[in-house]
Amino acid sequence: MEKIPILKMGPFLLVTIQVDLYDRLALNLEADLIKTISDTNAKGVLIDISVVSIVDSFMGRIIGNIASMSKILDAETVVVGMQPAVAITLIELGLPLTGVHTALNVERGMDLLRSKVNLDEYNNQDDDEESTDDQRDH
Amino acid sequence: MESNIIEILKKSKSLILKNWVDNQFSSQALNDDLISSEEIKEQSEEILSALLRNLNEQNINNIDAPEFDEVIEALSDVSITRAKLGFSPKETGIFVNGLKNAILEVLETELSSNPAALLAATKNIYNLFDNFSIITFETFIRGREEVIIRQTDEISEISTPVIRVWEGILALPIIGTLDSARTQVVMENLLEAIVETGSSIAILDISGVPAVDSLVAQHLMKTVAATRLMGAECVISGIRPEIAQTIVHLGIDLSNIITKASLAHALKFSFQTLKLEVRKQQTLVGVK
Amino acid sequence: MKKAQMISVITKQSMLIQQDQDVVPFRNRVKECAVKLKMGLVNQTKLITAASELVRNMLKYGRGGKVFIETVSGKNQLGVRLTFIDEGPGIPDIALAMKDGYSTGKSLGLGLPGTKRLVNEFEIESTVGVGTKVSIIKWCNG
Repeated sequence: MEKIPILKMGPFLLVTIQVDLYDRLALNLEADLIKTISDTNAKGVLIDISVVSIVDSFMGRIIGNIASMSKILDAETVVVGMQPAVAITLIELGLPLTGVHTALNVERGMDLLRSKVNLDEYNNQDDDEESTDDQRDH
Repeated sequence: MESNIIEILKKSKSLILKNWVDNQFSSQALNDDLISSEEIKEQSEEILSALLRNLNEQNINNIDAPEFDEVIEALSDVSITRAKLGFSPKETGIFVNGLKNAILEVLETELSSNPAALLAATKNIYNLFDNFSIITFETFIRGREEVIIRQTDEISEISTPVIRVWEGILALPIIGTLDSARTQVVMENLLEAIVETGSSIAILDISGVPAVDSLVAQHLMKTVAATRLMGAECVISGIRPEIAQTIVHLGIDLSNIITKASLAHALKFSFQTLKLEVRKQQTLVGVK
Repeated sequence: MKKAQMISVITKQSMLIQQDQDVVPFRNRVKECAVKLKMGLVNQTKLITAASELVRNMLKYGRGGKVFIETVSGKNQLGVRLTFIDEGPGIPDIALAMKDGYSTGKSLGLGLPGTKRLVNEFEIESTVGVGTKVSIIKWCNG
């Protein structure tokens, strides 16, 4: 069964959604992400939806869940790359993506996270550790 | 008695045609460039022939008779063509009436000895031509509407420029009336432009918009919301005092929207937001 | 709710929806229809999103069912009509279900008011214990 890859980028995690999420896949993503945030002490999550052409309330709920769960673990969530047609549809649908920041692309998203997040804790932790393994792929 | 009339008309066909065409030329004086004399003769001949071909004692008082379809089609063609050429409705009306008058002139002469028959015939011709007039009027309007639709499309295409005023800042000056359909087009253009240029701020300047109704105001707010959802910001500038008044009276809440008096103010705000500074250059003192 | 206008059906197909995995193929089928009619991207997105909402409802509450996908022609344009029919428990209070209640954002319920905003025509019939039928039309020029 397919798994959505989670990339570690310094103190942040990047999730690129490239396929249509169905229930099982979405739930697995939530679980994987939460576990990874916890394991790596990540401070932020970027959800890249630049290739997603349909965001319905199910998908909206998943994103909202991820944002809430991450917040509990002290990480901020940014959704990047939303397509115009998706934005227009979401406004009409009335979907409140509360607790979710948005940015035009990954780069801006990372800037946004850096401005919002306290990286001291993360950086101290890095000093303590011997190795800084920044390329952990899941 | 009716058959006499039809015989008379058929017999006098060339006279009727001549009178009709002459009539058109005399009131045509101003529009020689729109349509040539040959075309006028041709069109008139075609319609008169169609009419005489299909007119008989049964259908002279029945406009709905299927035989008249041919006439109606010919009249409609002429009407639409002339509408598109820019003829006025009056000129097209005169065209139809001209035939009626030409026919009546002939009947007057031929039936001068029989006033009762003349009266009956006149009534029938009048009825018939009233209906023809109405039909040509309708098709004329339709012809104009097609022109309007085509022009509307053309206008929509050119009317919403997207200007990159600075790196990361877009300006969309809107000129002219904003209706619901146009606002949606503006919304789509704005969002597409933001993605294409990677801009963080889009300034929507509506100083060229005379009025805004509640539907348009709602669309504007959705535009701002959609922009934010994508991770950018949308500022609305140039709201005229009348529009501000209308918005408040309509009970629309704009507290969530960033509005600036002019595009210049919006630009200043954008620079501040992007932490950019505009400074006057230092003039070098004491340089000879 | 508008009364039935002159609508003629151009093409018609149906799909059985019984499990989660049926959602994506269904969405793709709807997209194909819309693309064939040269529907603009924004309208396409609204149509498919509405379809997604309704089909998920059907699965979640209606225990699955059948969807009819039709291309139709109306007053002076073409469009896509989707009809969702299930034999689920039915909706006891349709008026309540159609009320806008997005203030909390927590439970989105059936999402019917939002879905209705995405399409041009929206009709719903439901009988408790028998089933529900939802029919939507999205015109090409929205």
